[in-house]
Amino acid sequence: MIRTLTVEKLTKRFTLKGTPAIFESSFEAAPGGITTLLGPSGSGKTTLLRVISGLETADEGRVLLGEEDITYQPVRERGFGFVFQTFALFPDMTVNENIAFGLRVRKQSKLQISKRVDELLELTKLHGLGHRFPSQLSGGQRQRVGFARALAPNPKVLLLDEPFGALDAQVRVELRQFLRELSEQTQITTLMVTHDQEEALELSDRIVVMDRGRIHQVGTSREIYEAPRTPFVASFVGMANVLLGRMSNGAPVKTIVRPHDMRLSRDPSLGEPATIARLVFSGSIAKIEVTTSSQETVSVHLPQVEVDRLGLQAGDVVHIDAARSQVFADSSKTFEPPLPTS
Amino acid sequence: MAEKTVGLVPLSGEAKRRAHTPVITEALCIRLMFILATVLGLGVLVFLPLLLVFVEALRKGVAGYLAALSNEETWHAIKLSLLTTLIVVPANTVFGLSAAWLLAKHRFWGRRLLSTIIDLPFSVSPVVSGLVFVLLFGAQGILGPWLATNDIKIIFALPGIVLATAFVTFPFVAREVLPALEASGNDEEEAALTLGAHGWTVFFRVTLPKIKWAVLYGVVLCTARSLGEFGAVSVVSGHIRGETNTMPLQVEILYNEYDFTGAFSVASLLTLVAVVTLTTKKLLEWNQERLRNDSYTDR
Repeated sequence: MIRTLTVEKLTKRFTLKGTPAIFESSFEAAPGGITTLLGPSGSGKTTLLRVISGLETADEGRVLLGEEDITYQPVRERGFGFVFQTFALFPDMTVNENIAFGLRVRKQSKLQISKRVDELLELTKLHGLGHRFPSQLSGGQRQRVGFARALAPNPKVLLLDEPFGALDAQVRVELRQFLRELSEQTQITTLMVTHDQEEALELSDRIVVMDRGRIHQVGTSREIYEAPRTPFVASFVGMANVLLGRMSNGAPVKTIVRPHDMRLSRDPSLGEPATIARLVFSGSIAKIEVTTSSQETVSVHLPQVEVDRLGLQAGDVVHIDAARSQVFADSSKTFEPPLPTS
Repeated sequence: MAEKTVGLVPLSGEAKRRAHTPVITEALCIRLMFILATVLGLGVLVFLPLLLVFVEALRKGVAGYLAALSNEETWHAIKLSLLTTLIVVPANTVFGLSAAWLLAKHRFWGRRLLSTIIDLPFSVSPVVSGLVFVLLFGAQGILGPWLATNDIKIIFALPGIVLATAFVTFPFVAREVLPALEASGNDEEEAALTLGAHGWTVFFRVTLPKIKWAVLYGVVLCTARSLGEFGAVSVVSGHIRGETNTMPLQVEILYNEYDFTGAFSVASLLTLVAVVTLTTKKLLEWNQERLRNDSYTDR
């Protein structure tokens, strides 16, 4: 039975004074899907994951699995799988022995264990590598062993702490595909920590964006990207131009526009005049920097066909306009987001 | 020691070759001077005396050598040394592992003090270490009268020798294991916990395999020192022939009695222990280096 993992107003302090590592954080991990904790380093996402796993204890708040309160349940009784950024494989054990570890401590029979190990080698595409030691594997293979080992005892929830953080860019992309397939096949509730927004957008059914110990927004990839609820989410997820301005009543505001939501035109009736400061060819998309009359630099991503059609060159005066933008009240104080009500 | 630190930085073949280019070496005459000084120093101070031990031991031939070793008192001294080592090394392995584990994995009040106290046996004169036990358990010592009425003998007997030896060799395992534990991190242990393992399983299946070479290294050093300890044991042993004389004490007695063949025969055994220790130590270091390089080249 797949149950929902719920986190309620979780707070964790490492020092008595100072800002807490996580503060009154609440969210739900969709059963059977991938939920991602996304944020910059120091945002508290790993601490939150460790509290959920039981490797750290919460100061306040609750962790629920279905209706069951597991906040103070010891790690080894939780039955959660954990995958580490550093792989954390047992170096003196073969791949088979690594995968079997969680089964052997549960005193399963040899026959059951070897059957389950074979299943996992198959699932994680490691067949034929069972008798190797971790030091004889590539980084990508090592992390697949990490996944197999965590999945072997049929965990209730799979927790991933920057699982691809120690791998080369190419292997990362490969393993993303691997994780997507794994998630579809096993239908296990998965919670992943990452600072890589592309990874989060691509893999997640639901994203939890964190900064400085607080949750800023919980939503699907599209919601997070297209309707960020705070300036932090807007600027952290995807590229964004942050333009300062004032409302008609004089209140300061921040306007956020994605570079690809910017439009350039030769027609003076369409938008503000601006000068093209730089124009970089990068395949199908041209990356353009324009300087507005108020000396703000704005980046614009335009399809190369469009650039060719308009015959744009560096130094040209064009008219700039935003197809879509978001306006936030600009307070210079530390921004504290409202608690998500999802 | 210096070699160990160098080993921590993995040098690629290219870097190794560059480290030996002539640019950074001295002029030939200076190099020759250093080589001469090293050879002379090593030869006169280390190699020649060691060689003499074996020459003296074998002065009366192999038969004389074996006869000297099979002397009843000498044989007893050898057995006593082995028995002491057999008790001290396992005990200090357990103590050393516990102390290192406490220091590496926990933050508590007095942690630094504990770390310093572990080093105390290294810095204090072995004679003082022996005297401490005499003051504690000797006839005039604090617990002396009580021990006498209960007919328990510690000083001038095996328990005293074991205690003194254990005290002197306490730091070896702890000091070797501590850095290995600190460097190995916590991830594997945490992984084992999330997989449902209990504390003891984590220690024996995960932590111990990670630090096994360091433990072995500490055990080798501890064994060598246990067999060779003179000062502390000399104070508590009482030098009773055929009863409380260990190998180093037997060497002293035989030498004082002008039985040079006897003295040097026992000494040759202790020297052999040293040679075996050094060889084992080198092999362990080499093995550790190989393991480390393995994991580097693969990443």
